[in-house]
Amino acid sequence: MPEAQVPASQGSIMDREGLQALLDVLTSRGFGVVGPRVRDEAVVYEPIRNVADLPEGWTDRQDGGRYRLERREDRALFGYAVGPHSWKQFLFPSRQRLWQARRTETGLEFLEEPSRDERWAFLGVRACELCAIAIQDRVFLGGVHRDRSYAERRQRVFVVAVQCAEPSGTCFCVSMQAGPKATCGFDLALTELLHAGSHRFLVEAGSRVGQEVLAAIPHRPANEDERRAAEKVTALAAARMGRTLETRGIRELLQSHPEHPRWEEVASRCLSCGNCTMVCPTCFCSTVEDHSDLSGKHTERMRLWDSCFTLGFSYLHGGSVRKEIRSRYRQWMTHKLSTWFDQFGSSGCVGCGRCITWCPVGIDITEEARAMRSSLPEETAHV
Amino acid sequence: MRDPDPFVPRLFRVEEARRENADTTTLGLVPSHGEIPSFLPGQFFMLYAFGVAEIPVSVSGLSGTGRLLHTIRAVGAGSRALCRLRPGDFLGARGPYGSAWPLDRAEGDDLLLIAGGLGAAPIRSALLRALAERERYGRVVFLYGARGPTELLFRPELEGWQRRPDLEVQVTVDHAPPSWRGSVGVVPERIGHARFSPAHTTAFVCGPEVMMRFTASALLAAGVSSERIFLSMERNMKCALALCGRCQFGPAFVCREGPIFRYDRIARLLFLREI
Repeated sequence: MPEAQVPASQGSIMDREGLQALLDVLTSRGFGVVGPRVRDEAVVYEPIRNVADLPEGWTDRQDGGRYRLERREDRALFGYAVGPHSWKQFLFPSRQRLWQARRTETGLEFLEEPSRDERWAFLGVRACELCAIAIQDRVFLGGVHRDRSYAERRQRVFVVAVQCAEPSGTCFCVSMQAGPKATCGFDLALTELLHAGSHRFLVEAGSRVGQEVLAAIPHRPANEDERRAAEKVTALAAARMGRTLETRGIRELLQSHPEHPRWEEVASRCLSCGNCTMVCPTCFCSTVEDHSDLSGKHTERMRLWDSCFTLGFSYLHGGSVRKEIRSRYRQWMTHKLSTWFDQFGSSGCVGCGRCITWCPVGIDITEEARAMRSSLPEETAHV
Repeated sequence: MRDPDPFVPRLFRVEEARRENADTTTLGLVPSHGEIPSFLPGQFFMLYAFGVAEIPVSVSGLSGTGRLLHTIRAVGAGSRALCRLRPGDFLGARGPYGSAWPLDRAEGDDLLLIAGGLGAAPIRSALLRALAERERYGRVVFLYGARGPTELLFRPELEGWQRRPDLEVQVTVDHAPPSWRGSVGVVPERIGHARFSPAHTTAFVCGPEVMMRFTASALLAAGVSSERIFLSMERNMKCALALCGRCQFGPAFVCREGPIFRYDRIARLLFLREI
């Protein structure tokens, strides 16, 4: 985890070989490097060893309910937006043992999970994803009860951000003030510079550890042109957002219109499949299960990702609270864009667009917000 | 040194298992090691039945008695497993969690304690506290509704309470055999028959959501201030640590801001469907 911020560096330049050196240095320092690679026709985050593992020459085309990889004309390694994976699967695994219990001669015994020394280095973290990690930090670490396993994983992570050059058709990080330029929360940040046959990276260190790692890989100071070129990458990306979401007054707008007819309308399209919550980098809801062995003497307490779109999510004796899809979509969207502020002091949305892309029927949270706002008188819509 | 893991329960032993009615049992629990952390009426613990489930259960007793008292109705896998426990059996418990009945804030007021069904369990802890510090309050009234006479909880104790001159008890049931000499009807109807000064009354209400809605409306109609009505809410809950996201009730987490809520702060949500 990036500790104290270091003075803004003027930036350094490394080439593709430098990137391989970075992977090697991180590996030699005991990090398991996780980064983007192409699998099953999508860019996913998995362990990588070599630059050759990266999605060279690929880009993504995204729209509501649509994701396609396409060939680029260049050899960019990070020339796409985000895929269905997010870093939460490493910090907050989808399936995790919380503790075990076993029967003993004198009663019962609870066994805590040992601390694990896995150390991840994340390569290719986007600004919106840094923002999402910061949001989950507040969820899991910011309250009275801290999630110890999250804390232990999180504090050992080394973050290599890669500035976004290719926002997708469903991106709206600019609206959510979550990107496209990563300005903090990383150990190193790379900007991929491709032109006239050259392929280089501008590197900025965001922490002492980041500086140490940078010192161990071949690099040279960036010149003024290179710094300007790097600035231009995110500036151009900011101008090419596929979507926008008007956030002014959204918190009040949603909480004050729980009976808006639009909830019914969106429910008529929503399949309640929960895809949006699975791909969302901030959704954190979970369930627990007990897995007992056949002897009945040993049991494991498991935590699994859950979704507010399931009927079981709100189950109480006598039936579920949110029986209708209308109430479940309302819960999800109101939580994400509104009550999240009450709970954690910020929006729960970073504008990554995953929920739009991976919705099988292409429901678009930006469109839903717009529809609700536009149907209301101006003064109500802009509370 | 690692931080403690808030998910791991502590080991408790069942000291007493008292059958309250056909489906409800009160467990008296003592810790295998160390002390019971101090708790307040209205708060809850997470009780873990080995290999089955962990569920939130309000305290029905008082802190400082050397044991935890929980009254559990067998309605699901977890509660059924807990109700099957016998003295000497072990279970996990962690807590206390959540907000408490504001008994200090109610000092000097008439105290109206209103329970429906299993809601009598969390109300009992408030009542015991109020009776232990009886001089702090004006009139103390306990209104209690159940489906039928055989479903009433804490029956021996209830008879004792009914004999106390410093406590008004009204029990009502939905359905009764001819032998029942008490009142028949729903709890909110009893409010009009109780003696209290509405302008100086604090009311604690616990029961099914529909019962609490009607009760709160009846209290308001009787002149009790919306800032002095407190309800105990329930939502699906897995962690009690504000980490699992399930117990959301509008902007609140029931495990953190609740379960006890001031009526005026949740009134709007309370009348929304499926929130």
